[in-house]
Amino acid sequence: MLLRTKLFGKTFEFQSIRELMGKANEPKSGDELAGLAAGSIAERVAAKYVLAEVTLEALRAHPAVPYDQDEVTRVIDDAVNETVYGEIKGWTVGEFREWLLADQTTADMIRRVSNALTGEMVAAVTKLMSNLDLIYAARKIRVTSHCVNTAGLAGTLASRCQPNHPVDDPEGIRAAIYEGLAYGSGDSVIGINPVDDSLGSVMRLLDMTHDIIRTWQIPTQNCVLSHITTQMQALQKGAPVGLVFQSLSGSQRGNQSFGVEVGMLDEACALARKYCWPEGPNYMYFETGQGSALSADAHNGWDQLTLEARIYGLAKRWQPYQVNTVVGFIGPEYLYDAIQITRAGLEDHFMGKLTGIPMGCDACYTNHARATQNDIENLAVLLSAAGCNYFMGVPMGDDAMLAYQCTSFHDAPSLRQTLGLRPLPEFEAWLERLGLMQNGVLTAKAGDPSFFLSR
Amino acid sequence: MQEVDIQAIVKAVLAELHMSPGTGVDAPRAAAADDPDGLRIDLEDPTLPEARQRTGIADPINPEGLAALMAATPARIGVGRSGPRPRTAARLLFLADHGVTQDALMHAVDPRFLEELGFFTVESQAADRQTYLKRPDLGRKLTEASRAMLRERCVKSPDVQVFAGDGLSGAAIEHNLRHILPVIQQGLQSAGLSLGTLFFVRNARVGLLNDVNAIVDAKVCAILIGERPGLARAESMSIYLGYRPGPEATDAQRDAICNIYAGGLNPLEAGAHAVQLIQKMIRDQASGVDLKRR
Repeated sequence: MLLRTKLFGKTFEFQSIRELMGKANEPKSGDELAGLAAGSIAERVAAKYVLAEVTLEALRAHPAVPYDQDEVTRVIDDAVNETVYGEIKGWTVGEFREWLLADQTTADMIRRVSNALTGEMVAAVTKLMSNLDLIYAARKIRVTSHCVNTAGLAGTLASRCQPNHPVDDPEGIRAAIYEGLAYGSGDSVIGINPVDDSLGSVMRLLDMTHDIIRTWQIPTQNCVLSHITTQMQALQKGAPVGLVFQSLSGSQRGNQSFGVEVGMLDEACALARKYCWPEGPNYMYFETGQGSALSADAHNGWDQLTLEARIYGLAKRWQPYQVNTVVGFIGPEYLYDAIQITRAGLEDHFMGKLTGIPMGCDACYTNHARATQNDIENLAVLLSAAGCNYFMGVPMGDDAMLAYQCTSFHDAPSLRQTLGLRPLPEFEAWLERLGLMQNGVLTAKAGDPSFFLSR
Repeated sequence: MQEVDIQAIVKAVLAELHMSPGTGVDAPRAAAADDPDGLRIDLEDPTLPEARQRTGIADPINPEGLAALMAATPARIGVGRSGPRPRTAARLLFLADHGVTQDALMHAVDPRFLEELGFFTVESQAADRQTYLKRPDLGRKLTEASRAMLRERCVKSPDVQVFAGDGLSGAAIEHNLRHILPVIQQGLQSAGLSLGTLFFVRNARVGLLNDVNAIVDAKVCAILIGERPGLARAESMSIYLGYRPGPEATDAQRDAICNIYAGGLNPLEAGAHAVQLIQKMIRDQASGVDLKRR
């Protein structure tokens, strides 16, 4: 293997696809922490030049973890459509980038090619794209899904109502749900991150949210984002589960650190189809985020973008209703500042869409990251332009349990009204029936949680 | 003795008044003659609890119900809107809460404060705040010069080594150290346990316990360290303790006392709790999961 180029008369040589992929990445503190980042900006550009000449076939032949050692690699590689792959395997990464951006390349053509991609191919092309490339190409790709609502349609932007509470108090969570609904948040899901992962507490919150959904006949689905094994128990005990959630990583060892494996997720997906109360057929909800494999020392010496792309290939197996990166949650040692968080948010959304999964984003940051609310508002606007399926809705963007900041209940209506986007159609019709929205705009009644005290 | 203390307090209060005349205490400034344009802005503190509980919804459908909903959660609900955007008060309160955490994160602990409490200062290998945030591994190791200083100045093989580190909030150390230290000192003394030499590590991570104990060789090694600031809460401190922490010891082999601040676990109580825990560790010769098994 020879991987080298000259740049301004100086020779840059790379020993492996692994080294090349790490050095071709846009700057990330996590890649620096792992010792994988380019040593200079010139070396980074040299790596991009060389990567642009690598074929998709070579990327398939060099997965981040070998096929026989990693079930994530196996899931993705086994799912490759060989007919389509035969047509594209000779493309270079540079050609692939231009094909994605070309006027003649339609959404359907991209969706077809998605079926022949591995995470390494998806990550590689992402490394060659600018931020506006990522926005422009992602916008072409609509990935829709259906549970109670239809998600991902062009012209729509959904909002997950995230009503977390520091001690899972059901009445405190109910109050935050009412606030969210009053702003038109909740069409993606009413989804609670619990503090207490015990079955009893999880079932109590499932019952409470399902009760609100029934009382107000809300076209949406509920979810308590506990460990998946707790949700599986809840399903078997007859609890009303709308979506089944799990965080995923990009390698088998990474998933082991989350306490999950492919067989367990297969089982959970089968249980969801058997017991979830909505019509489906998409019942799964996954969260991801660059750096999770490295933080579990499960990255096998590969960069965080490639590991992230592999999660999307894995997630596709279970035909999820929605997937989002929790982009800035992991902290500054992986994504240092607003520039890196913004870049990662655009990358993850594009990679999810290119893989063929219905992708949203938790545009967020921690208090020790060099970022502010302005930065994630910027990211939300960029991602809305890119056709992002949904964002989080949290009271004033300040999560009362997870100690991080993300988008506010105010932000989905602001983005919708700024950019001419609408809630998911079933949910918008419901908001109109209640008189909280008219022609896509909040009415005078909206924004008051005490509206929901009347039933 | 008592008189000296009172004088010091009076002096400190006076100094504070002199340094921040805009706090409303300095009444003569309100004289209208000083404001020919009639502009006089003199705000109450919007971060006080009663101010936080005010709704931004002008005409709620159910005012009592709204108050009950707002009382049910610390989440920022009932804030209201102008168009789809938050009201000005809610936005500014968020900025204030985020701002105080950011200031705490970048705040360097005052060297005079540390000297007054008898702490000398050493450094981790994270040379500045940016490196500290990006490289947790460097924050867990002392510089060679710092190691030499510990070798030279610290009592070796005490029963207990206590040191402080800024962690993610220097403000937490300034808020709590003065209160917790005498409890720990007196508690250990009455328990008949010797305490090592006090020092402070700049740009510190919890993992320093291993590096420090390789030099001081205490039975129990403990770090008092600033926690990652929560929104509007910058003064929270933790204590991490290990029984004879070796070079490869992890969090699993440590015990922690968290959320130490005036509104959480009171520093005086936390200090007493730490002394009890130290006694238990020494008695059982274990910490972390190993201690729980006994």
